[in-house]
Formats: sequence, structure tokens, C-alpha cells
Amino acid sequence: MSFILSEDEQMLRDAARGYLAESASVSALRSLRDSKDPIGFSRDLWASMAEMGWCGVLVPEEHGGVEMGFAAAGVILEEMGRHLTSSPFLSTAVLGATAFNLSGTDAQKSEYLPKIAGGEIVIGLAIDEKARHKPEKIDTRAVKDGNGFRLTGAKRFVGCGAGADLLIVAARTEDDKINLFLVDPRANGVTRTDRRTLDSHVPADFQFDDVKLDGDALLSGADDSEQAYRQLLDAGRAAQAAESHGVAVQAFETTLEYLKGREQFGVSIATFQGLQHRAAHLYGELELSQSLVRRALTTLDTQPSQSPLWCAAAKAKATAVSRLSTAEGIQMHGGVGMTDEYDIGLYYKRAQAAGEFLGDDAFAAGEVARLSGY
Amino acid sequence: MSLETFRAETRAWLEQNCPESMRKPIRSEADICWGGKNWTFASDDQRIWMERMVEKGWTVPTWPTEYGGGGLSKDEAFVLKEEMKAINARSPLDSFGIWMLGPALLKFGTHEQKLEHLPKIARGEIRWCQGYSEPGAGSDLASLRTKGVLEGDHYVINGQKVWTSYADQSDWIFALVRTEADKSKHEGISFILVDMDQPGVSTKPIKLISGKSPFCETFFDDAKGYVKNLLGEPGQGWTIAKYLLSHERAGIVSEASFGGLNPVTAAHQSGEVDENGKLEDPILRGDVARLTIDGLAFDATMRRVKEEADHGEGVGARASMLKYVGTELNKRKNELNMSALGSDGLLWEGENETDGDPARSWLRSRANSIEGGTSEVQLNIVAKRVLGMPSA
Repeated sequence: MSFILSEDEQMLRDAARGYLAESASVSALRSLRDSKDPIGFSRDLWASMAEMGWCGVLVPEEHGGVEMGFAAAGVILEEMGRHLTSSPFLSTAVLGATAFNLSGTDAQKSEYLPKIAGGEIVIGLAIDEKARHKPEKIDTRAVKDGNGFRLTGAKRFVGCGAGADLLIVAARTEDDKINLFLVDPRANGVTRTDRRTLDSHVPADFQFDDVKLDGDALLSGADDSEQAYRQLLDAGRAAQAAESHGVAVQAFETTLEYLKGREQFGVSIATFQGLQHRAAHLYGELELSQSLVRRALTTLDTQPSQSPLWCAAAKAKATAVSRLSTAEGIQMHGGVGMTDEYDIGLYYKRAQAAGEFLGDDAFAAGEVARLSGY
Repeated sequence: MSLETFRAETRAWLEQNCPESMRKPIRSEADICWGGKNWTFASDDQRIWMERMVEKGWTVPTWPTEYGGGGLSKDEAFVLKEEMKAINARSPLDSFGIWMLGPALLKFGTHEQKLEHLPKIARGEIRWCQGYSEPGAGSDLASLRTKGVLEGDHYVINGQKVWTSYADQSDWIFALVRTEADKSKHEGISFILVDMDQPGVSTKPIKLISGKSPFCETFFDDAKGYVKNLLGEPGQGWTIAKYLLSHERAGIVSEASFGGLNPVTAAHQSGEVDENGKLEDPILRGDVARLTIDGLAFDATMRRVKEEADHGEGVGARASMLKYVGTELNKRKNELNMSALGSDGLLWEGENETDGDPARSWLRSRANSIEGGTSEVQLNIVAKRVLGMPSA
């Protein structure tokens, strides 16, 4: 377990940085926004990511993936954060693949993991039922019906929901345990409502009215379904933290460059101590965030039993720091920071939305307290 | 010897040689062994533990054996540290000689200087203090005015130092002295080792808001500093001082990391937890959680920076970032300790078994972001040297 990127990870980072700058940069997000794209991401981009092997980053080789691990997925996500890339990578390649890895039966893995690695499906993970993340507060019910189930309930804020081909839905079974179910978003009884968020993504809300599911819709491969559910959320938090951290770092670098180029009173404003101290403080916060993100991801790969605390800490810190970095970015840009023309505002918006997903810093800090025994 | 063999042997040796009472958490200042001519051991065990570790060279594990060290590799020293931690073994000897002067002597000293001074540091025979700041030279350290005039084999030194930690209990002082009157501000300073056991050197403790006096004023009135005890070249003092400051910053930072009282323990002491050990005040609980997060982040960052330094990326000016973050964190921890303790935290003398320790520690922590370069100085360094922001 190292804080330093391996050679493979460095190559992956360089490739991702180059590719995303070219094909999925901030201008790509702007055009998705301005054209009111119905799903908020590009399916062509997703196909290219599959060709590069990214979609299979967590898929075992036997199922057609490259299985590089969470640390490598984090490398990609950080670059996506830097470029504000909108894609199903987190929802599908990370959360979808992890759900199958942890909870899928052999048959389910064989059917779906190759499709994930091949970029053939987009998955939406349906957890939240309230506006604030409360993963134990699940009222959606899956009731036994013959060999299958009947699903009833409502979900909010499903990432990539508008473009999802498959939903993984958290629902309580009759033993009151939380389990995960595969649901076709086009099935009878499913109502989808697209929600356009401030970061130009298009998550969706879903209503399930007595939706009929086959028996093999239940992800039944885990010994303890709730333990697997918590592990999935931990992994998702660390991964989301990596993207948030990328948002924070790029906002900082862009702002620093702006400070060095901007002149007032006949001098570069980067010479002003008031701005230097704000920037230097932010640099320290970014270093802290970076260490926790990397630590959480490498711990998921090498010592999963130790990972809950690190994942919660990373989520809390990366959320707070990305919001601070982008907010400071606007302040230090001055008036132009408030304009749509400059990118810093887009980073501010993404930091807010990404921070909310799977629990904001207040939620994650509560997890840290609970896991620390106080 | 493989690391695993080294680990096994080290574990066995520690098990055999570390006295039981030296495996308990430090309760007060007296439990820290500083050594020196004036040192009175707090217990026989403290003396025995130091002597046994001195014998192995493990008070300074990575220094060469000819200078009193253990000659261990970095990896072996890390194993030793881990094994000591595993049995909660106390540090056998702490001193500014070990943390600060030693590394500078190893880098800039002649063989004779090393032979003369390093073994005495390693064995805890000589206690050192640092003569840097002056009444008129704080953050602007290079404007110092203590003057040394060459007379044959020695310099005649006159001037005053301030904030010299534990000068009243020290035997020697390493001091920055202006010896080159015709040179510029930074190039006129030399780094001289001065024996304090002479009529020309006197000290006076400064009483702090914590009620304690860890700092002194130190006066030089025609004091003698021998040429053979000048480190490096005349006028090279600023370079050496900067090198040494980075070690001082590392020392302050490791002090700041999470030893001692923490807010959760404090809340248990003051009865602010429910039957499940949960902090009852939800806002305090949130504040403590954010402290825990930053504590984990800071420890991880220390490890990351160390790892990157080993890969040749160097710590460099990032030491200033660590110093800033670590000391601000320690202040926050102390503030939350006081909050968790409530009115128990206000007790000062004789009223509780800890004799006002939490309050004194809280007060002392305010100095963390002043000593070794203020937080504002660290931010200046980060802005200029890490972020490349230009000077006005």
C-alpha cells in the first residue's frame, strides 16, 4: 500500500488526462448543458472509455475486465473531476461493478460484469429516499411473490438515472434486511422523472408501483447482504471523494494561474499577502484531502476490513475541501468569477452536487464519530 | 541481517530491557528524560532505561556508531520505532541535541567536531539549547544583532537571545552570531557552539501564561566562543540555521501529532458521555469528528510526504505546510479538550489530580503557531516556494 502512484497508475493518469482534455473537457460539459442533452452524458464517450479499458477497471479478468482496483479507479475519477467530465463511470464502472462483485451470484456476475466492462450498459444505483442521504432509511419493499418479488417504493437522486439501462435498487425484504435488486427502468410500474441538477447532470427519481421482478433479480451472492451494502457505499464514497478532490485541485490550479496573470495597482495580485495566505492555506487543505483519498482507496484494495473509517474520512474531507477550494476560487477571481464565461463557477456547482452524493461532509463526519466509538 | 530477524531480535531485547514503568504513558514533564549535567532522573527505571538504550546506540538509532549512534538503516530504525510503540516504550532520551543540533553537526561538522559533540548528545551527557531569536529579531530572524569579534582562537560574544527553550537547564548553546560586520544581513551570520558554563553567559526564565517557564532570556557579556566550535564556515550560519529549522519544524509537528489528552478521553473524564460512550452534545461531537478527520488526514500526509521524500521528491518547503497544519491542529485539539472538560478544565492548582495540566497544555499550545516560525511566516514560505507566488 503506497501513497505514490505505481507505474501503471501513472500511465493511466497521463492517458486519462490527455484523453479527457481532448474529448470530455469543460467545453464538452457546456455543450451538453446548452443543448439540454436529455441524459447529460455522451454515449459515444462511454463507448470510448470501454475501448480504453476504463469500464472494466474493477471487473475481474475472467469477466472481461482489467481489474486494476479502486486506487486505479480513483486515478481516473480524479482526472474526471479535474475536467468536469460527465459520464456513467462512477455509477456503472465503480458502483455497478462493485455491487456485482460483492453481492452478485456467479450467474449474475457472468451475465452483467462483461457488459459493464464492454460499456454495453449504464447502471443507476437507487438508494436515497429522502433529500439528505440516509442509507439505512429504506422504506422501499420487495415482497415475495411466487418465485419472484413485487417491488414498491420511491427513490431519488439516482445518478445517471435519465440514461440508465439497468437499476440496482436497495429495498427491504420480508426479513427487514436491506437487499439489492436488479430492475429494468422500462418495466411496467416504473415511473421515471428526470431531474436536471445545477451541475448539468441529469439524475432521476423513480417510483415503483408493485413492479414484478423475477427471482434472479435479487443480488443474492453475499453472505450478509447488509454488510455488502455498507461496503458498496464505502467504496462509492471513496470513489466520489476522488472525483471531488480532482474538482478541488483543478479549481485551485486555475485560480492560482489567474492570480499570477491578473494585475491591479500596477502589480500582479499574486504578490498580495492577503491572497497568498488564502492560497497557501488552501494548499494545505488539498494536501490533507489528497492523503485521505489515496489512503481510503488503497485500503479498499489491500485491507478492506479497515476501510470504513478511511472512506468516511475521505468523503468528509474531500467534500469540504472541494467546496472550499471552488468557493475561494470565485472569491479570488473577483467579479469574473461570478460570470458564466469563466469555468470556476462550474467547478463550484459540481463540488456542491458531488459532495451531496452518498452523504456530505456532515453525514460523513457523523460516520467517523460512530466508527470511532463516540 | 534481514528486517524480520532484526525485528525479532529487537522485540526480544526490548522485552528483556525496557523496565515495566517505562511502558506507561507520560504523565508529566518529569517523565520526559532530557539528560545533561544538571539532570535529575525521575526514577531509577528512567536512568536504567536511558543507559541501556545508550549502550545500544538507540537513543540516536541512525547516527554512525563512531559518534555514539546505533548505525541502523532507515528501515531498521523504523522497525525499532514500531517495536517500541508496540510495548508503549517511552523515548529513553529527548533533547534539542538529538532533534536539531545533531542533524546539523552530521551535515556541516568536521570529523573532530562530530567526535567531540555527538557522543555526548547520544549519551545524554550534555544538554543543548538554541540561541536564535532576539528581542529585535523574531520573524525577521536574519536581522539579529548579537555580535562576535575574533580575538585569536575565539570570538568575544556580546548580545541577548530570547525564547531560548530550557536555557536555564542547559549546558551548551548553539547560537547565531553576527561575526562578519562588513557582509550583508544574511551572509554575516555564523553558527557557533558556546559552553554556557562561563561567567559571560547568564540566563533568566520567562514566565508564560501557562504558569510555566520553558523559555528563557540568555545574555552574552564578553562570552567566549572558540573558533574550533564554529560550524561550517564563518558567514555560513544562515544556511545552517535554515537546515536546522526544518528539523525543528519536524520536531514541533511530531510533538503536535496525537499524543496526550484528546477530547473523547476528556469527555469521559468530565462525564459528558452517555451510557454507550457517545458524546452527549451533538455539536461538540461534530467538532470532535472533524478533528478526528483532520488528525487522520495529517498522519496520512506525514507518511505520504515521507514516502515522497524517500523517492527523491524531497520535503523542502512542504515542511512549512506540515508545520502550519500540524500546529493549528494541535491548538484545535486543545480547545476541544477544554470544551469537553467544561469547568473541570479551568482548575489550576491543587484542585485536581492533574494540577491544571489540561489548562496548561491548552495555554502552551498557543505557542505552537509562533515558535519555529509563526503560522504567517509558514504561509509566506508556502506561497513563495511551493506555489511560486512572487514577492511584492
